Amino acid sequence: MTSLPLVDPSAPEAQPRRISRRATGADAVFVNVSRAVGASVLVITGGVGLFLGWQAFPTLQRYGWRFFTESDWLPEADVLGIAAVLLGTLQIAVVAMVIAFPLALLTALYISEYAPASLRSTLVSLVDLMAAIPSIVYGLWGFFLVMPHAAAFATFLQRHLGWIPVLDVKDTDPDAAIWDASRYTASAFCAGIAVSMMVLPMACAVMRQVFSQTPPGEKEAALALGATRWGMIRTVVLPFGRGGIIGGTMLALGRALGETIAVLLIISPAFDLKVRPLEIGTNSVSALIAGRFGDASASQLSALLAAGFVLFVITLAVNTLAAMVVNRSRSGAGAEA
Amino acid sequence: MTTTPTTSPVRPRGTTVLPSYDDDAPPARPRPSLGRPSADERFVRWGAWASALGLAWLVTQRLLPLPGPAWFLITWFVLGLVVTAVLSALTVSMVEVRDRVAAAVVTGGALVVGAALVSTLSFIVLRGWRPLLHGNFFVDDMAGVGPKDPFDMGGIAHAAVGSMIEIGIALVIVLPLGIGTAIFMTEVGGRFAGLVRTIVEAMTALPSVVAGLFVYTTVIVVAGWPRSGLAAALALAVMMLPIVARAADVVLRVVPGNLREAGLSLGASRWRTVWHVVLPTARPGLATAVILGVARGVGETSPVLLTSGAAAFMVVGPTDGVMNSLPLYIYTTVRSGEPQAITRAFAAATVLLALVLLLFVLARVVARPKRARRTRTTRPRAMKETTS
Repeated sequence: MTSLPLVDPSAPEAQPRRISRRATGADAVFVNVSRAVGASVLVITGGVGLFLGWQAFPTLQRYGWRFFTESDWLPEADVLGIAAVLLGTLQIAVVAMVIAFPLALLTALYISEYAPASLRSTLVSLVDLMAAIPSIVYGLWGFFLVMPHAAAFATFLQRHLGWIPVLDVKDTDPDAAIWDASRYTASAFCAGIAVSMMVLPMACAVMRQVFSQTPPGEKEAALALGATRWGMIRTVVLPFGRGGIIGGTMLALGRALGETIAVLLIISPAFDLKVRPLEIGTNSVSALIAGRFGDASASQLSALLAAGFVLFVITLAVNTLAAMVVNRSRSGAGAEA
Repeated sequence: MTTTPTTSPVRPRGTTVLPSYDDDAPPARPRPSLGRPSADERFVRWGAWASALGLAWLVTQRLLPLPGPAWFLITWFVLGLVVTAVLSALTVSMVEVRDRVAAAVVTGGALVVGAALVSTLSFIVLRGWRPLLHGNFFVDDMAGVGPKDPFDMGGIAHAAVGSMIEIGIALVIVLPLGIGTAIFMTEVGGRFAGLVRTIVEAMTALPSVVAGLFVYTTVIVVAGWPRSGLAAALALAVMMLPIVARAADVVLRVVPGNLREAGLSLGASRWRTVWHVVLPTARPGLATAVILGVARGVGETSPVLLTSGAAAFMVVGPTDGVMNSLPLYIYTTVRSGEPQAITRAFAAATVLLALVLLLFVLARVVARPKRARRTRTTRPRAMKETTS
């Protein structure tokens, strides 16, 4: 039996309930507090960027374009420029990426495609652990363990490939009876090796994550059509992960540009404009800041801040580009590193 | 039974066609399978590397002047690839040869990275284990201890305590701000949240030395404070804040939306949904984000180098002037150039590595989804919620 609802004719007409999207009570507190937290973080982090730009302004105004073309850093003579340190930063980063990129790609491929399934999660943790190792540790490793071998390898490169200008070392003869090892140490090459170890796990983690998102259906389709494992990787995994490969590499590049302490430990500072990464003496923006901040006067500090600002703008551009590449790639949700 | 000639173009429907066999054809070659390699394949695979080992010895030790173990390994690897390719080409097709060489190259690359990691860790520990045998290394500071003094004098307690104080203060700043910002960006949203997210993501690109320089300029030069642990903690906080906020944002974004909707549809307010549904779901991930941020901050040298100054003695007050920390101690001690001091630095690096490893393992344990623990921690709270 169905009972109909009673209708009371004398009742007032039903009013539609008022729906408000305004938060009330605890919700209002929550929304406003979290908005305040967000605003304060915006002020703090954005403030750093604005402060750097504001402090850099007088220096850039005073020296103009000379700030970017002058290679010497002689505050006493009022000659300041970051051409040499920028070039050194780029050289160290390029050396680091030349070493880190292939190794990161191969390791990511190994972990996602070749490693036994039982080992995979352990290997992923190991790569993450590598990323967590402090940079000073890699600096010690690079300075004490790798540098002698790197110098020997640099000599070998100069002896056999010295006709390439990039691989030349001035004022020394690789075939001399007494090998002058000191000309080959403390170079951008040595610093690049240490930096490469720092950025490699970062690039590897991004690449591996994108590779692991390859649709299994496409991989299985390639295998079902008779592809070997390498054929499957070449035709499915690598094209799918292209965005991750590029993005991960650029994220690593951004980190390599800003690396300080390992570089400071290894290089011997020099302010020459030269493209000979095997030769002793180079400099980077971050090493310049860490080396010169202590005895800096107010105007020098402004110049250092300007150098830091330029470095920040470069890494920001590289990172933004990397994020765009990763996000636009087919793999969609990408890198969180 | 006779075989129907397959060349006949027209067949009546319903006839069965048997395949014809050619007796003169070569025996069928088995297709390379993707499964477990046969004994033959295994022999080719491992035999190639064994023969390359012998060839590498011949080349480096007898034929060419390439001394040292490094050249031996390189030659072994290159020759191994060549022998693998040649041996495979004798038995299988070119496609399969390429597959095997590629597998060898990929495995070799991964091995190089693994070797680098192992060499880093073992090198630090091998050079630095000696001072660790002395108990005073963990409880003393370096006050009045010269760089040439023996290992039973002095220690790194001041640096370890300084690191703890600095990272603790930084964490007190970063934890509420970072996670609060992440909650704001994911749970409140809006145009302003988009702006905050853009800025936070941009600031993850800030090189750590620039963060240090920022605090050095504002706090020490402009505000006139002395170099102190507090300044170092501020520099670390400026560096860690975007990293933690961004990592927490990623974690909160992957909380399934239907959990939120379920909470809201049951009549919970937004605040209660966030506190009782979103945060407990994301807790392991948030803990991982924070711990990895701490691991990054505790090993970062350059912000501390600019802001804290290196004390040789124990300083406990964050505002009591110069304070040391582990990475800074390592850096300054290595720079002294004295062999004894360098060994101390390696010992301190071993301690720092152990600390980072501990934090890392902690992050892994926390992040591991453990059903038993999750029900135990969330159920009483949920019951309390319904009864109250």
